[in-house]
Amino acid sequence: MPDQTFPLRKSQLWRTLFRSKMGILGFTMLAGMILVALFGPLFAPYDPYEIPKVTLGDIYQGPNIRHWLGTDDTGKDVFSAVIYGARVSLLVGFAASIIIVLLGATIGMIAGYSGGSVDVVLMRITDAILVIPSLPLMLVIIAVAGRGLTNIILVIGLLYWTYMARVVRSQVISIKERPFILRAHAIGVSPFRIATYHILPQILPVLFAEVVLDVSYAILSEASLSFLGLGDPTIISWGSMINRAFLRGAVTKGAWWYIVPPGLALAWVTLGLTFLGNALQEIFNPRLRTHHLFDEHKMVARARLAVNVDVSTEKVV
Amino acid sequence: MNRIDFLIRKLSFSLLTLLAVVIFNFFLFRILPGDPVQMIVSPRMRPETRERIRQIFGLDKPIWLNTASARASGEVQAAFDSQLFIYLKNLSHGELGESFNQHKPVVELIRARLIPTVILIVAGQLTGIVFGSLLGLLGAWKRKSAIDTLTLAAGLTAWSLPAFWLGILLLILARGKLPMGGFETSGAIFRSEWERIIDVARHVALPAFTLAVLLFGAYMIIVRNSTMEVLAEDYILTAKAKGLSAFRVLISHALKNAALPLVTIIALDLGYALGGTIQIETIFSYPGVGSLMYEAIGQRDYPVLQGVFMLLAVGVIGANFLADLTYALLDPRVKT
Repeated sequence: MPDQTFPLRKSQLWRTLFRSKMGILGFTMLAGMILVALFGPLFAPYDPYEIPKVTLGDIYQGPNIRHWLGTDDTGKDVFSAVIYGARVSLLVGFAASIIIVLLGATIGMIAGYSGGSVDVVLMRITDAILVIPSLPLMLVIIAVAGRGLTNIILVIGLLYWTYMARVVRSQVISIKERPFILRAHAIGVSPFRIATYHILPQILPVLFAEVVLDVSYAILSEASLSFLGLGDPTIISWGSMINRAFLRGAVTKGAWWYIVPPGLALAWVTLGLTFLGNALQEIFNPRLRTHHLFDEHKMVARARLAVNVDVSTEKVV
Repeated sequence: MNRIDFLIRKLSFSLLTLLAVVIFNFFLFRILPGDPVQMIVSPRMRPETRERIRQIFGLDKPIWLNTASARASGEVQAAFDSQLFIYLKNLSHGELGESFNQHKPVVELIRARLIPTVILIVAGQLTGIVFGSLLGLLGAWKRKSAIDTLTLAAGLTAWSLPAFWLGILLLILARGKLPMGGFETSGAIFRSEWERIIDVARHVALPAFTLAVLLFGAYMIIVRNSTMEVLAEDYILTAKAKGLSAFRVLISHALKNAALPLVTIIALDLGYALGGTIQIETIFSYPGVGSLMYEAIGQRDYPVLQGVFMLLAVGVIGANFLADLTYALLDPRVKT
């Protein structure tokens, strides 16, 4: 596979992305969910944060004209709750990914650019965090620190920057010896300026591909925490809906309409992000997949997880 | 690179990570707003237990270093008479404190739940690996065909499904067909050991299947990608020309090449698998360490929570070291 020359022009990026079916599919799925998060609540038939006056007959109603996806254990409209849930998931995903980018890119850049013992120390710390099982660690921290949405975002961001750091570092290493960087260095441009003005624009595409996948990890993590009873109690999210359904007998009542839709919504958005992220990695990151740096066999194994649709033939631009 | 050097480096990394986890665990449950002691001792405990736990963990002593005692006695050793070092010493003896709710040592609670979880993970992983490898080989062999696209889409989809949701769906679908909850039928008298094994297998079947569905996608993609790389090599053409069957070529040449990244990913993703196991055990009321952790969260049972987390972290760090060990043994690029 030919080496990609960075940076791609924007029009080229979109053209390449839309040549990949997986990319189109992922982009459409994500864009759809973003629209729902932005405008959905304007059209939602009910406000899930309002406590409705209900009679016994309103509880666990199956799908009907008034409630398209039925009602939950308190007689609330499930459809509206699912629509509102999109905001929570995407908010957590994007907010956490801001922390991931800031931390991961900074640490990866410092490690890759300075090399030597700084690199070794930073990467050992990164590997250590990578190795600790993340969901159990989040459970322990949130159980002790409290179940606010801010805490959840912080914990996810502070645990998931590691892949970003790894990816950015390997990119920085691959371009820091290029002539234009060496020249900038020679005429006395400060390392900070080289990092932000010369290196950063070069690695933006790869960073972007990585962050898309990180958003999906973040969304799944929030959902898992909420399902296990550690979500923000004041917020209705897809994970907390399924948690409620599970605890309040929706399974034995056969109330599938309270369980299937929030899970489908979650699967929709994470799948969209996974497709998009994979397509982007396929376009931008061919080098990562094939290099056989022995010392980084874990990274190589991880990188091979990118679905390469075609290894041996031509393609890409 | 020398094989011994490689192993020493990996071992010291594992030990350092372990130490970091231990110290993190110590501070998370102590240095927090409010009375840190309430994370270890609870008013729910019997008074004599409370006193005993205070004694065992030295909760009246300074946290970092006991400088006062060292100065008074003039011995350096006395400085280590602090909560941190008492905690480390206790840990090396397997002393993890006492559960708030069940009035039993945490170690005992964990031990009782360990075997079901090990069975669940091994069964789920094996199923996932077998199906992942087979589908990966198939996809690579028939690449760009409908089969390839379909298996890829299925793998990626399964991979991004929330574990708890998949579990609940399977629970609803399989209601009445398989036993729900428990490790074995409670109160049953088994006529033979064989009958008992079948009963245990029937209980673990659904949780293990859920885990396998979550995991097979990653394994499939790894095997598929490695296989496609190999299939482009000349020696595969030679093998085919020699008249080896497609099956032989795939198994003896291609799968061998996929083995190393596969081992690595299994170890790397063990943390992810454990996260899934917590959710799966909760949904199927399967009595393993995962559901123990879930119960501890609901009851604010901090010592149990801390103990289970320690166990899971040790397990994953250990598995990663084993993967490195395998790597050193199998990869010809690590010279002796």
